[in-house]
Amino acid sequence: MIRAENIAKSFGDQHILEDINLTFEAGKTNLIIGRSGAGKTVLLKILVGLYPPTSGIVWYDNVNFTALAKKKVRDIRMQVGMLFQGTALFDSMTIEENVRFPMDMFTNKTAKEKLDRVNYCLERVSLKDVLKKYPSQLSGGMQKRVGIARAIVLQPKYLFCDEPNSGLDPKTSLVIDELIHDITIENNITTIINTHDMNSVMEIGDNIALLHNGHLAWEGSNDEVLTSKNEVLQDFVFASPFLQKVRNLHT
Amino acid sequence: MRLVFSRPEKMSMYWRETMRQMNDIGIGSLIIVILISTFMGAVMAVQISYQLGGQLIPRYYVGYLVRDITIIELAPTITCLVLAGKVGSNMAAEIGGMRQKEHIDAMEIMGVNTSAFLVMPKIIAAICVVPLLVSVAAIVSILGAYIAAVPTGLFSGAEYIQGIRSYLETWNIFIMYVKAVVFGLILASISCYQGYFVKGGSIELGKASTAAVVMSNIAILIADYLIAVLLTS
Ligand SMILES: Nc1ncnc2c1ncn2[C@@H]1O[C@H](COP(=O)(O)OP(=O)(O)O)[C@@H](O)[C@H]1O
Ligand SMILES: [Mg+2]
Repeated sequence: MIRAENIAKSFGDQHILEDINLTFEAGKTNLIIGRSGAGKTVLLKILVGLYPPTSGIVWYDNVNFTALAKKKVRDIRMQVGMLFQGTALFDSMTIEENVRFPMDMFTNKTAKEKLDRVNYCLERVSLKDVLKKYPSQLSGGMQKRVGIARAIVLQPKYLFCDEPNSGLDPKTSLVIDELIHDITIENNITTIINTHDMNSVMEIGDNIALLHNGHLAWEGSNDEVLTSKNEVLQDFVFASPFLQKVRNLHT
Repeated sequence: MRLVFSRPEKMSMYWRETMRQMNDIGIGSLIIVILISTFMGAVMAVQISYQLGGQLIPRYYVGYLVRDITIIELAPTITCLVLAGKVGSNMAAEIGGMRQKEHIDAMEIMGVNTSAFLVMPKIIAAICVVPLLVSVAAIVSILGAYIAAVPTGLFSGAEYIQGIRSYLETWNIFIMYVKAVVFGLILASISCYQGYFVKGGSIELGKASTAAVVMSNIAILIADYLIAVLLTS
């Protein structure tokens, strides 16, 4: 479980986030949704500690993550996996080396054990015959999957995904969403996903938090999204002219 | 199932990275160092002969002067100024690129101590390899002087070798290695710093790379002066 307590963030005199109180549960896919520029990435980076919050506390289970010394932060980080918006795969390393890197860095496994684990993780994300390829030789969707494989290679307790399906076609997006959802349940991971994709929201939104202008505008589950009367949420959900027409036909 | 972690980070990864850096710096710079020091020695032989010409100073003095100027000043300083341009800009661009492409953030989130993992191997490699390159530069420079001057008749081989073997002070060789180590440390740490804290995009990366070279050069020259004052007084 991860908890954000009264998180606020400003860059200079620009207030990006205010009064964010959220609980992200284990074994569930927790979604942070909102328009582009709403502050999703900033919030995620505060949760993983890449940005310090201007005020407030981030709790990892019962540990005050914000107040931890650098060395202790690293101990927790060994249990964290993250899929970056731009994947952040190491472009001078092969896919095998990318996925193996956390194991090389932190474990005493033999080469054979590492290779087995790499193969298992790549299989888990449905990738074949990519071991010796470089990230630039893969499509966007495949790169995201490698990113997921690398994020789960050390069996994390916490998984962060920043826009896992931005730039992907709807079908591939769905595959990636389901993959993250399954992995989360299988391993009881606390998963936090940033997205503005309504399909993800409806498919895998166990817990959803809507950010709007740096504030928490709505919280709930995917079952409640369509029935909620919250205006900001309605605005976000029915943003496209197509969906507005569908809604008007219904009412 | 939790994984069994050994000590936080594997020394083998640091070792492998240090080896890669040594190879990059050493093998990668060998040709340019040889090229530059050959000409350095050649020019010195010609110009020192010209300056001493017609005076009452014996000609073997040219060898003696070439050797000491090379060892005390030119081999460490010129080599490191060149290496700052070649190796320093490369280090800054490599680390800066990793910063901009979020590779450093990705490593941080895995729990890697990135400032140590990315910087330390480079500094250690520089401290080990730069003195070797400076030794090569010194030897090649002295040979360069021979090649330039003996066939053209500026002085005879015997005179030059007599000069090379006169008044050798091991203290001067010590000064050369002190300079090499200090300059290596300076160029690696300034360049890594410039790369590690880069912001923005490709223009800023270019600027960081340039700043790495310029600031390393200035720092090397200042250190050169300070070492000269400290070790020769
Ligand atoms: N490092 C930064 N410095 C200053 N402003 C930033 C920084 N990162 C993000 N911002 C600002 O914070 C706001 C939210 O950005 P972001 O969290 O990336 O939005 P999104 O919800 O699309 O992920 C934007 O207005 C952006 O300009
Ligand atoms: Mg974003």
